[in-house]
Amino acid sequence: MGPSGSGKSTLAHCINALIPCSIPGDITGELTVAGLHPQEAGVAGMAKKVGTVLQDTDGQFIGLTVGEDLAFALENDMVPHEEMHRRVAEVADTVQLTPFLDDPPGALSGGQKQRVSMGGVLVDDVEILVFDEPLANLDPATGKSTIELIDRLCRERHTTVLIVEHRLEDVLHCDVDRIIVVGEGRIVCDLAPDALLCGDTLERQGIREPLYLTAVKHAMGTTGSIRPEDHPQHIDTMNLEPYRSAVTEWYQKMPERTASAKGDPLLEVRNLTFRYDAFSRTVLKQVSCTICRGELVSLVGKNGAGKSTLASLICGFYKIQPGCGSILLDGRDISPLSIMERGERIGLVMQNPNQMISKPMIMEEVGLGLTVRGMPEEEVHTRTEQALKICGLYPYRHWPIGALSFGQKKRVTIASILVMEPELLILDEPTAGQDYRHYTEIMEFLKQLHDQTGLTMLMITHDMHLMLEYTDRVLVLADGELLKDTKPSDVLTDPATAAAACLKETSLYALALRCGIDDPAAFTERFIQYERSIGHQHGWQT
Amino acid sequence: MNKLIAYEAKNTPIHRLSGFTKLVFFLLWCITSAMTFDTRVLGIMVLAGAVILIISRTEWRQVSKVFGAVLFFMTLNLLCIFLFAPYQGCEIYGQRTELFHIAGNYTMTREQLFYELNVMLKYFTVVPTIMIFLVTTDPSELAASVNRVGVPYSIAYSLAIALRYIPDVQEDFHRIRNAQQARGIEMAGGHASLLNRIQRTASIIFPLLFSTMERIDVISNAMELRGFGKHRRRTWYAARPLSAADIAVLICAVLFTAAAFAVTFMDGSRFYYPW
Repeated sequence: MGPSGSGKSTLAHCINALIPCSIPGDITGELTVAGLHPQEAGVAGMAKKVGTVLQDTDGQFIGLTVGEDLAFALENDMVPHEEMHRRVAEVADTVQLTPFLDDPPGALSGGQKQRVSMGGVLVDDVEILVFDEPLANLDPATGKSTIELIDRLCRERHTTVLIVEHRLEDVLHCDVDRIIVVGEGRIVCDLAPDALLCGDTLERQGIREPLYLTAVKHAMGTTGSIRPEDHPQHIDTMNLEPYRSAVTEWYQKMPERTASAKGDPLLEVRNLTFRYDAFSRTVLKQVSCTICRGELVSLVGKNGAGKSTLASLICGFYKIQPGCGSILLDGRDISPLSIMERGERIGLVMQNPNQMISKPMIMEEVGLGLTVRGMPEEEVHTRTEQALKICGLYPYRHWPIGALSFGQKKRVTIASILVMEPELLILDEPTAGQDYRHYTEIMEFLKQLHDQTGLTMLMITHDMHLMLEYTDRVLVLADGELLKDTKPSDVLTDPATAAAACLKETSLYALALRCGIDDPAAFTERFIQYERSIGHQHGWQT
Repeated sequence: MNKLIAYEAKNTPIHRLSGFTKLVFFLLWCITSAMTFDTRVLGIMVLAGAVILIISRTEWRQVSKVFGAVLFFMTLNLLCIFLFAPYQGCEIYGQRTELFHIAGNYTMTREQLFYELNVMLKYFTVVPTIMIFLVTTDPSELAASVNRVGVPYSIAYSLAIALRYIPDVQEDFHRIRNAQQARGIEMAGGHASLLNRIQRTASIIFPLLFSTMERIDVISNAMELRGFGKHRRRTWYAARPLSAADIAVLICAVLFTAAAFAVTFMDGSRFYYPW
């Protein structure tokens, strides 16, 4: 593991020979993988020994059906028809996909997709499996079962597994032999997890340590440190004896979290029921909720629970049938408003900034929404500059967008919505696929924006840290129904709700229980309160 | 989904045939139809097509859109032939039997009517077989079949990949259009100048292009990592071995083509005219 740009993916690409065979570059030194030299063996040659599962599960499907996708490597190897079908059946069994062999991969859930990608490389009986950020696009519950599956493969098949990932706590759900930390193109350390977790390497590299350890460290203050022999790798098996009293004391001493005052209702959703057409299933069932001015609310739930549909309905991309509920903005029904009219008051920021950007220059792109509305050029200019200043992009205003980083592009898209001075900002997965450094960069920016302008924000997310640390309230959708409307800490310390939303309970919950604290939700609350008060010191600062 | 024509899994003798057989049959059928102007042969082909259509249990809703479009182009084609070459039939058949005068230089002749009837029949021989081929052949099998008739597999596979990604790109398109609309770029109607319209289209096309290019990048890496292009040949998971029925159909198709050619060219010309 390592921060983005540290070279960890580059290293992985050297192992499967994508570098230098597909991505050219200069290589010195020597690399031997399973007795082969990747440079000489080429991508196809290495593929016999090294199976690579790429980060973007959606993007790597090749076949029209699961079966075909699993068979792809065999097809290219000219494996005869019968043998191919036999081997595909075997692999499908290993990754538990037998009932889905004839389904298109696109119709599967995130976790099933991940298993298709895994199966696709397992058909080749590889000796080494390389996973490039396997958890990036998965919800926490699916991520957990993915790690369990990787663990099982590793043990049953005696495969060497290399996981490139920065979500340390999630990876550590199962036993890991060694963790190699890469920083600025060098190996920083190569340690057993227990030893690594006790040092300060993670902090220095901007990698987030497991939350329960952060809590223990806060509780201990300067009076002591965590020792490797207490096995801090798993919260369930860690020896907490030396730390219990400190944690309990710290909990009692911490002030309770004060609820921030709520403004007037801005957006009200009343008894909303929706289906795409008369034949399809009901996506939303009698959903009612209110978002107040100045609030930061997260909307969670597994894929297909109706999150995006709700956002689309708010923006007016679909029409609500008469009698199927209503959406009110500032107390007024918005059903007569067109998409464009709503767009002036409700801004939507898409997950992938590249899907929003259509102009080559920053100024043009950010001002686009105003220009097409026929606003005088001078005013467009003033408002664009202002939005750029808020988003920290003013120094780059004459740059071409192509020269910006992913996080900066994200800011450009946010700025292009802010120029319209919306009252509500909806962000679809603002941090999906981002590493901790970019995650912190984007979230700290949004928080700052919220603090400065009091802009109301609704964030659709899978990210537990995001909802816990940055939002005050969470709406949980499950199968089209609003399951919970409560504080994030309540959801993440309630196993039943967490499971329904495809989340998992935070490790702080387990820590609190194991320390004999009777109110894990309050413990979590206080921890977050404390974290916010000291700032994100162990994170990467903007 | 607004797909024009789509494969639907059913258990009929036509569905059970291998994609290769159907492709060969389809190609032979098209060549025959293109070559012959023999009304008897065309008539038999139309009837045979209808029978196959019934056996394949193709439903009207599956093909209605395409059928409507083809009907439209056929009518247009027939009209154009008459407008631009009103005596084409007379030239071909070497006779001129006037039926009635229309206007100016346009007189309807029996030869012209008969010629255009043949053109219409040609449409009706080819169109149902195209539809049957597309509706009864699993798209996965399509690439395998195309490869089997001799097209290099890299080309055949691009076809399969395109099929695989059309729905994804469609979805991207809708998402981008919605978001751009929310920003105030109206897509439909309005009283915009041409320049404005071009700009609006660009605001969807460029993001779509860039995100599609990202996809291509990922997919080509994924394909390479799993050994695509390693050998000169490859096998196909979705290919179906030829059954006895396949062989029978292939033999029938070849025999029919031979017979059709024999009948067509028996009298020295591919144009049949009974009068």
